[in-house]
Amino acid sequence: MLHTRQPSSPSRIRFRLLADRAAKLVFGAAALFGIVIMGILLARITSEGLSWLSLDFLTGRFSTSPEKAGIMGAVLGTFWLLAVVVPVTMIVGIGSAVYLELYSKNGKIRTFIQTNIANLAGVPSIVYGILGLTVFVRVLGFGSVVLAGGLTLSLLILPIVIVAAQEALRSVPSQLGDASYALGGSKWQTIQSVILPVALPSIMTGAILALSRAIGETAPLVVLGIPALLIPFPGGILDRFTVLPMQIYYWTLDAALVADYAHLAAAASIVLLISLFLLNGSAIYLRNKYSMKA
Amino acid sequence: MTSPFQANSSSSSNIRDLIRHNQDQKSFRKTMEVWIPRFLFLLASLSVFTTVGILLILLTETVEFFKAVPILDFFTGTVLKPLSQTPAYGILPLVMGTLVSSGIAILVAGPIGLMAAIYLSEYASRRVRSILKPALELLAGVPTIVYGFFAFTFVTPLLRQWIPGLEATNILSPGLVMGVMIIPMIASLSEDAMRSVPAAMREGSAALGATKLETALKVVVPAALSGIIASFVLGISRALGETMIVAIASGSSKNFTFDITESMQTMTAYIVEVTSGDAAAGSTVYYSLYAVAMTLFATTLIMNLLAGKIARKFREVY
Repeated sequence: MLHTRQPSSPSRIRFRLLADRAAKLVFGAAALFGIVIMGILLARITSEGLSWLSLDFLTGRFSTSPEKAGIMGAVLGTFWLLAVVVPVTMIVGIGSAVYLELYSKNGKIRTFIQTNIANLAGVPSIVYGILGLTVFVRVLGFGSVVLAGGLTLSLLILPIVIVAAQEALRSVPSQLGDASYALGGSKWQTIQSVILPVALPSIMTGAILALSRAIGETAPLVVLGIPALLIPFPGGILDRFTVLPMQIYYWTLDAALVADYAHLAAAASIVLLISLFLLNGSAIYLRNKYSMKA
Repeated sequence: MTSPFQANSSSSSNIRDLIRHNQDQKSFRKTMEVWIPRFLFLLASLSVFTTVGILLILLTETVEFFKAVPILDFFTGTVLKPLSQTPAYGILPLVMGTLVSSGIAILVAGPIGLMAAIYLSEYASRRVRSILKPALELLAGVPTIVYGFFAFTFVTPLLRQWIPGLEATNILSPGLVMGVMIIPMIASLSEDAMRSVPAAMREGSAALGATKLETALKVVVPAALSGIIASFVLGISRALGETMIVAIASGSSKNFTFDITESMQTMTAYIVEVTSGDAAAGSTVYYSLYAVAMTLFATTLIMNLLAGKIARKFREVY
C-alpha cells in the first residue's frame, strides 16, 4: 500500500478504514436502539407498577378504588377468549393451509386465495373490529360477548396462522409422503399420519406467535364495545367479558382522574408482558431448536 | 382386534362379515378422500368471505353516509365536528393526523431500521445475530397498548421538559413511539432483502479493495433496494393502521394543522372515539365511522399492494 505513487493514498485508506469502523459502531447502535428503548420501557413499567403487583391484585375483582382493584376478571376473560380463538384458528388455519399446499393444483383458485390471504394480513386490526361489530355484535346479535370477540380476533390472526402452517407443510421432505404412498397410503391417510405430525412443531410455533398477537390486541375489542371494570367474572363464551389490554386502556385514560390508575395500568402491563414474553420466547425457542435440526 | 387371522376360519359367515366390514371401511375411506378436500376448500375460502364481508359492509354503510354528506364535502372538508349543533364532516383533519403521525414514525424507523438491517446482515457475527434477532422479535411482540401507556405516561412528560409548548396530548410523542414499534419490522424485512443478495457480489467488491461499509452502501443496498423500499412502504402502512398508541397519547382534537406539538386525531383514533361513545346506529355519526374506515382500508390496501409490486417488479434477478 505504501509503495503506491498516489500522494493521498495512505491517508485516504486510513480514512476509509476509519469510516468503516465508525459505521460499524453507528449501525450497531441502531441495532441496539430498539432494544435499549424496550429496556427503558420495561424499567419504567416496573418502577411504576411492581409495588402494586400482589396476590390480591392478581386474584382481585374489578373495583373503582385503586387499592382494591384486581385483574382476575380480565385473566379469566382472556382464557375464555382463547377457548374460542384456539379451536377456530387451529381448525380453519391448518385446514386452509393443507388445502392450499397439498390439495389445490397450482391454479387460479389457489393464486386468488393466496393473494387474498396476503392482503388480509395487511388490513389494520381496527377494520376487523368494524367487521366484528357489524356482523357478530349487531347482525348476528351476540352482543359484546366472548364469542363475538373471539371470532373477530380469530379472523384477525387467521392469515398469520395460515401462512405459518403453509411454510411448515412446505418444509416437510417430500420423501416422507412418497414413502407413505408407496406403502399404499391414500392421500388423506398420508397427510393425517405422516405430513401433519412432522409439520406440527413449526405449525405450533406460528400458531403461538399468532395467539400472543390476539392476546395483546386492543383496538378491535374497543370497537366491539368490550367494557372494562365493574362487570362480573365471565363464566362462558356467551358472557360479557374484558381482557388485560382493555383494562390497561381504561386505566391509562382515567389516570388523569385517579392518579393511582397509572400504577394499576403499569402493574397490569407487567402481567401482560410477562405472559406474552413467555409465549413468544417459547415459540422462538421451539423454532430455533427445530430449524437447527433441519 | 378383528383381523382375519384371529377369526375362526371354520365359520365362513364370519369371514364374509369380515370382508364386508373391510369393504365398508374402504368405501368409508373413499368417501373421506372425496369429502375432506371439499371441506378443506370450504375452510380455505373463509378468507375470501372475510374480504368480501369487509368490502360489503364498508361499501354499503359508506354509501349510506354519502346520502347524508356529499362525497366532495367529505374528502375536501377541513372541519370535522360530528357532535356539534351544525355538524361538519370533513375527513382532512383525520387524514392530516394520520399522515403526520405516520410520517414521524417512518422518519424514526426508516433510518434506524435500515442501519440495524445493515448491521445484522453485513457486520454482525453469527453469535451477535443469534442474540439480536430474537430480541428484536420480542420488541415486535410488545402489545401496542403498552406502547400507548409508555407514550402517554413517559415519553410525553419527558418531551415536555424540552419542548415547552408541547400539549399533554400531542401527535409527536405517539409518532415517535410508533416509530420504535415498526423498527423491528423494517429491520427484519430489509435484512431479508440484503441477505438474499448473493455473497459473490460482496466478495467481488471486497476483492476490488472496498471496505465493508463501501460494499454495504454501494453494492448490497442498491441490489436490495426493492426489498428495502417495500419494507418502508409496509412500515408506513402499519403506522397508518396503528390505533391504540394514537388513541391514548394524541387525544381527540380534530385539528387541521402541521403543528406536531398539538393534539391531532388519526382515522383510527376517530373510529375508537365514535365506537366508545354511544353513537346510535343509523345516525350520521355512526355511518361516518364506515366512511373513515373505508378510507383507511383503501389506503392501507393500496400501500400493501404497492409494496408487493415494488418488491416484485424492481427485484434484480441474479
